[in-house]
Amino acid sequence: MEEFILRVENVSYAYEEGAGMAVQDMNLAFRPGEMTAVLGHNGSGKSTLAKLLNGLYTPTVGKVTVCGMDTALDEHTWQIRQSAGLVFQNPDNQLVASIVRDDVAFGLENIGVPSAEMPGRIEDALRDVGMLDFIDRAPHMLSGGQKQRIAIAGILAMRPRALILDEATAMLDPKGRREVFSVVERLNREQGITVVWITHFMEEAARCRRVIVMDQGKCVMDGTPAEVFTQAERLRAMRLDVPPMVALGDLLRARGLRIPREAMDIESMAREVLACR
Amino acid sequence: MPIKIEHMYHTYQPGTPFKSDALEDIDFTIEDGDLLALIGHTGSGKSTLAQHLNGLLTPTAGRVLVDGQDINRKGADRKALRQRVGLLFQYAEYQLFEETVYKDIAFGPRNQGLTGDALDARVRSAFMKVHLPADALEKSPFELSGGQMRRVALAGVVAMEPEVLVLDEPIAGLDPKGRDELTDIIHELHRGGVTIVLISHNMDDVARIATRVAVLEKGRLAMLGTPREIFSRGDELEAMGLDVPQTVQLCRRLRAGGMDLPDCLTAEELCDAICAAKGGTRRGNA
Repeated sequence: MEEFILRVENVSYAYEEGAGMAVQDMNLAFRPGEMTAVLGHNGSGKSTLAKLLNGLYTPTVGKVTVCGMDTALDEHTWQIRQSAGLVFQNPDNQLVASIVRDDVAFGLENIGVPSAEMPGRIEDALRDVGMLDFIDRAPHMLSGGQKQRIAIAGILAMRPRALILDEATAMLDPKGRREVFSVVERLNREQGITVVWITHFMEEAARCRRVIVMDQGKCVMDGTPAEVFTQAERLRAMRLDVPPMVALGDLLRARGLRIPREAMDIESMAREVLACR
Repeated sequence: MPIKIEHMYHTYQPGTPFKSDALEDIDFTIEDGDLLALIGHTGSGKSTLAQHLNGLLTPTAGRVLVDGQDINRKGADRKALRQRVGLLFQYAEYQLFEETVYKDIAFGPRNQGLTGDALDARVRSAFMKVHLPADALEKSPFELSGGQMRRVALAGVVAMEPEVLVLDEPIAGLDPKGRDELTDIIHELHRGGVTIVLISHNMDDVARIATRVAVLEKGRLAMLGTPREIFSRGDELEAMGLDVPQTVQLCRRLRAGGMDLPDCLTAEELCDAICAAKGGTRRGNA
């Protein structure tokens, strides 16, 4: 197995010649099975990075590889799109068919999967996102969270190695957000799919194993949630924040309670507070 | 200027196979000085209700009364109503269209008939209230960031000097700083005397700034009360697919673990309560 699924080497990207760099001198690598959150304020370059990671954009300078394939080479385009799927923010912008089944089939048709193999792959993918019961439904009648799960199924059917989600929960209500996040978390855990999770929700980032922070097109922090979220002031200076439980932990520590900095979600905070004397 | 909603129903596409009941028997009053948070999951009827508050939609049954007058009565002055009840749509930055921020904000008050110094004062006053950099006024709104553009759209509604401001998910999609900035602006407008109806999925903000919370579920008003009353019913909210603030969730978990804590809405309150409880334990053990 290769060492990295997605690799970004000395990459800069400008939308137009002479325009500022949306991504600047970036070096990043994602190992198989990693689940990484990418944080950054609006305009920090997160979406540009997402589109570089599956070859929708090719670098102005530097090189991006997906499973070792250079995204700048045309001969790899289809295999790259199949290996690294991208889910966007607006669920209404990424569904193409009038029946869920056909929507999931769309990608398979494009990559030339034999028709005998398609029903099985479609059903597997829909089962994986908990939407098999909706196979004959019309996508536009579904909730936002359900639509996003259909979009994910469309990618899963192609058996990707990596999923890149660009604020896939930003337009969803709390229930939809929970649905989509837990589906992706499970795919990562059970199928080892590499996940790049771009988000503005700090509590989601706290649940990933690795957190990257972008600012002005650069990667400025890269570490575990505990390493990143202990730097509250630095995050706030970049228009970001810490998860609510981290903020509470800081208050409790200031009052002398011994709460470890690793307690960043409700479960672990409850455990620590109850154990604390 | 209270808005009284009386046994109001709204049905989309009545008399067709696509008929759907979006609101059923909504009956409550938005009082002067409220900062009423309207919560409910997607499809629960929040935006439909919002559009009834300034007469963009007409009830299938029931009435909406502003100052005791049915806003949908024959001969009602809709234009005057929409000046008094301002509505900011979701993703309002997509509705900007003018060459400069100034002109965009001026559009509404100019239609109200304001000109000259009165118009200028109105535009500048609204611009001040949304905390944009001073040089933004003469820029094209399309040069600004998404969060700044949304504040320009808000200024356009504020410039009408409405007594009630209805905001449909104003912080959706913003980064954390942008969310905080806009929440603070809303809080300030409220303190300045504007009644606010705020549709939001961000329960931490709702807990922090709302005076009352209305919960919609499948087109019906399921709960109405103070944030403290509403969030103390966390189990019911979760059953409806809604969130409760993280501090409230932790508070419940700690109680289940045997700690004696009052209902807490904010991190500061919960911190105080935990310290008090722990202090008590220590004394008890000694």
